[in-house]
Amino acid sequence: MTAKITVQSVTKTFALGKDTFTALDQVSLDIADNEFITVVGPSGCGKSTLMNILAGLEEPTAGRALVDGVPVSGPGPERGVIFQQYALFPWLTVRKNVEFGLKTAGVGKAERRERAQHFIDLVGLGDFADALPKMLSGGMRQRCAIARAYAVNPSILLMDEPFGALDALTRVKLQEQLLDTWSQEQRTVLFITHDVDEAVFLANRVIVMAARPGRIYDVVEVDLPYPRSEDFRLSPEFADLRNRVWHSVYHQDGRTAAPVAARP
Amino acid sequence: MAVISDQTARGAKPRDRAGGRTRARAVGLPLLLNAVSVGLGIAVWWALALAGLKLPTPPEVVTQAITLIGNGTLGKDVLASLTRVLIGFALGTAAAVPVGFLMGWYAVVRGLVEPWIQFFRTVPPLAIIPLAIVLMGIGEAPKIFVIFLAAFLACVISTFQGVVNVDRTLINAARVLGAKDAGIFARVVVPASTPFILVGMRVGLGSAWATLVAAELIAAQQGLGFRMQNAQLYYDLPTIFVGLISIGILGLLMDRILLVAERKLTGWQERR
Repeated sequence: MTAKITVQSVTKTFALGKDTFTALDQVSLDIADNEFITVVGPSGCGKSTLMNILAGLEEPTAGRALVDGVPVSGPGPERGVIFQQYALFPWLTVRKNVEFGLKTAGVGKAERRERAQHFIDLVGLGDFADALPKMLSGGMRQRCAIARAYAVNPSILLMDEPFGALDALTRVKLQEQLLDTWSQEQRTVLFITHDVDEAVFLANRVIVMAARPGRIYDVVEVDLPYPRSEDFRLSPEFADLRNRVWHSVYHQDGRTAAPVAARP
Repeated sequence: MAVISDQTARGAKPRDRAGGRTRARAVGLPLLLNAVSVGLGIAVWWALALAGLKLPTPPEVVTQAITLIGNGTLGKDVLASLTRVLIGFALGTAAAVPVGFLMGWYAVVRGLVEPWIQFFRTVPPLAIIPLAIVLMGIGEAPKIFVIFLAAFLACVISTFQGVVNVDRTLINAARVLGAKDAGIFARVVVPASTPFILVGMRVGLGSAWATLVAAELIAAQQGLGFRMQNAQLYYDLPTIFVGLISIGILGLLMDRILLVAERKLTGWQERR
């Protein structure tokens, strides 16, 4: 079975004055269709760089990234991206933001409106379809961004610390809501975070990365069923996994994990 | 839905939420202060005129204004000056916006155009007048040209800054949603730089007015600047005052119009 996403020995270096900084060092990773992967790691471990490479916003220095067996060259509508800073177009209403990608794709007005409405309702922004982003709270803005990414019907969602700027309570709500949305509209998700709880709560598999050089340090399987809710968050299984990931993130030695294969 | 509640707390500006009475009071007080200030200013002027300074008194200026309006002079002058300012300003802005966009978007254009813009920015448009007269004669062309130049230079820099300052994340967001260069330009760069362009237009309008009077010193037959220059020869202070006040009021009115346009077009911005 070919993996949905394949990362083959991807290395990314940046020039830092005279030195080079290795953001990613020989990272290999396979992700299966409809997997929910979270990537967690200390800052500087290259997790955002990995996402940008998959999004087609950056190019690897060496190695390559494939989606459906095809090398990534630039952004594409099959990969939706959700940014930490929401990146909503502030001059467009929620509806127009969600319709943006559909308009780019040349979808007709009536269909555009209908599909946008579907995802606006799905993320619970129905009453705010005609509001400008400045009227929305941080959580609502991110839900709008999620609807916008979903609207172009990507098979992959790349999420770069999407809930990083939100307060703890809103975060938890949005995590549950994201899983809810994801269970209704299954996609392959690569979700970047620096929050261990969030990583374990959402994922099929947690990829732990290490910094200097950026590499995959550990992979933790979260073999627990969806739907997940508060009960799961408070369960001993969750606590065990959380401890394991926590330990991996905060007590790193010099090792590197073997290349990560997709789950069978 | 729980998140809705923080919308009212965060989203709506206090001004929008304020009830009619508080709002009326909030607007009414500054207006009252403005009126008091204007009244005081006129009183001081009047006092100074009576105290023996060589100033015309307010009634003299009002009488002169009525005379100038009555015989049509003021109307013609205002029309002539406004026409020049508006044509110069419109041409300047119309040229500045595309040039600013091209400079911000293409490094090559920026490299080619920037030295000239920076150079002419350091030369006051008024200093171009002698050259403009020699090259363009003494008709309307040199007057409009210097006004055009003043408006253009003010607006082009601001537009350029606007394009350069467009948030990279918004451009990336458009790219991952499938937009190509042309689409990103039209649907992200243009709206995102609108606030900068409008600020540039307001500054440009200020420069255009500031240049007008001097431009009308070039063998004009009518216009507020010409009228004042003419009045100076005859020691006609009331007419000079009428001219000054007219220029001030017209400038203020045009700025207000642009301000309203700005509010309408850039209301999506989060203001602090």
